[in-house]
Amino acid sequence: MKFPYTDIVLEHFRHPRNVGKIENPDGKATEGSPACGDMVSVYIKVEPKTNTIADVKFESYGCASNIATGSIITELAKGKTLDEAKNITWKEASEALGGLPKIKAHCSVLAVEGLRSAIQNYEERHGLVKEKKPTTVEVVRQRLRKVINPLTGLNVVRTNLVQDIKVKDGTVRVLVDLPRDHQFVHNIKDEILEKIEPLWDVKEVVVEFTE
Amino acid sequence: MTEEEMVDRLIYLDNAAATRLDERVLEAMRPYLFDTYAVATSEFGYSQGIEAREALDEAREALANALGAAPEEFIFTSGSTESSNIALKGVALALSKKKGKHIIVSKIEDFPVLHSAQALEKQGFQVTYLDVDGEGFVDLDQLRDSISNETILVSIQHANQEIGTIQDIEAVGGICREREVLFHTDATHTFTRVPLDMKKIAVDLVTVSAHTIHGPRGTGGLCIRQGTQIAKWMDGGFQEFNLRAGLENIPGAVGFAKAVELVTPKETKRLQEMRDHLIDRMLAEIPHSTLNGHRRKRLPQNANITFHFVEGESMTLHLDMRGFAVSTGSACFSRSLEASHVITGIGGDHERAHGSIRFTFGRYNTVGDVDAVVQVLAETVEELRSISPLGKNEEKEEA
Repeated sequence: MKFPYTDIVLEHFRHPRNVGKIENPDGKATEGSPACGDMVSVYIKVEPKTNTIADVKFESYGCASNIATGSIITELAKGKTLDEAKNITWKEASEALGGLPKIKAHCSVLAVEGLRSAIQNYEERHGLVKEKKPTTVEVVRQRLRKVINPLTGLNVVRTNLVQDIKVKDGTVRVLVDLPRDHQFVHNIKDEILEKIEPLWDVKEVVVEFTE
Repeated sequence: MTEEEMVDRLIYLDNAAATRLDERVLEAMRPYLFDTYAVATSEFGYSQGIEAREALDEAREALANALGAAPEEFIFTSGSTESSNIALKGVALALSKKKGKHIIVSKIEDFPVLHSAQALEKQGFQVTYLDVDGEGFVDLDQLRDSISNETILVSIQHANQEIGTIQDIEAVGGICREREVLFHTDATHTFTRVPLDMKKIAVDLVTVSAHTIHGPRGTGGLCIRQGTQIAKWMDGGFQEFNLRAGLENIPGAVGFAKAVELVTPKETKRLQEMRDHLIDRMLAEIPHSTLNGHRRKRLPQNANITFHFVEGESMTLHLDMRGFAVSTGSACFSRSLEASHVITGIGGDHERAHGSIRFTFGRYNTVGDVDAVVQVLAETVEELRSISPLGKNEEKEEA
């Protein structure tokens, strides 16, 4: 038989580790992509003395790579300090799984973000976050580093797809260097909106494509 | 059942995508691959060419008969994609200067029609995309209102490729005839399974294909009612009544005719029984499942069900590992990463497409296959729901 995934991915897909909810978690987050439809929830218990992740669980409403990444990320995060866990990248998760198809990057990156968001949620609840920063072009650019171009599996900033970013009076304009009828414009646009709209001082996000 | 045993079978339930060739079709084709392989010549050609011509003519007659048409109304093509391209672009080329540049299609057409319409739109044509209701039926009032003096073609499929809904093409044909607009229907999935008689139905162009009925792939046809204005689009020689150039695919044509001959009402009834058995069992035994399309006015060989709170690619992969081939409307499964335009077209949200599975039956399936897939899918759905963040509250409410 011929499957589109590595044996490690299939193993985690069939027998995902650390599945479920944690009752009264110290931090939790749900990440979902309307472009793909996948969703992942991550729950953490934190050991406050050492600031390490004592327990982590996940739930997935998603495809095989979403489930497998959720599973591996819990294994990678357990026992790590919050700062270490926050810095686990999609690339590390993907490598631990023996590689994921590029086109699946945007489904699987959700689990990585879910973990980061759950940690952020813990930090916010425990007063560990600095004050709200105003949204700048640089803040937008950082956020767009999480938007993956499914064709290359690389983010849209790194591949120079983001041609221009403008931030003015709560309106963010992003110009993407892709033709309007490109196969993935809808996905990329939805993901950009999803990343930028939640910023506290952003009122409107306009995504434009080149001809 | 051990894991080794699980994968030691193949139950193929994706017959809408492609079917296994019937050996009898291959036997019918064989002489035209190895013995009478000459090009079809005119009646003044050499013997092998004349024999080839006769075989092509016979096949054409069989295909035309199956649609209630005359042989000179049927042209062979490379498949339904080409047929629908010829229908839309050929009519557009023929009538845009004489009559107008407006085309009407339904929004749930299969890609050959939908993308041909979009390509024409880029060339300056106006296209109306008709809405469908929750079961996939085209809004006939909207069709009536959309036709103008500029309208040159209406293209509405006979039945849907994903949810199986069979359109009332008799009514569509009546409306088009009254308003003197050409009507094309994509009958790829209904041909030989659901009656379509061009003597009774006012349809001008019909797309058919061999790949859905255990015939050779790469072979299809377009039936064009006598007198229909259509321009040649594939240029070259004078084949197919000077409408489609290219060396005739005689083995394909002969195989297509044989495939048509082998479809019987009895077999179609058997497929329908499997379909009904699958729908009844799935809806009864798997909670939170919804049928997509109409319960009865649907392709006899098609079932399409959404299993809520789980994702399609996860289900298809679990099924694949246990030896079943099915398809899903989930974005994660598609090459374009877009959810099925059919499920979203019937007003379903992204979630409905996300958890949809299409089962399509063919000659080599049995009721045992249906029972096996119900059992395995019930386990799969339960397993995936146990790790899903969705649906937990609903289950508690029921308990």
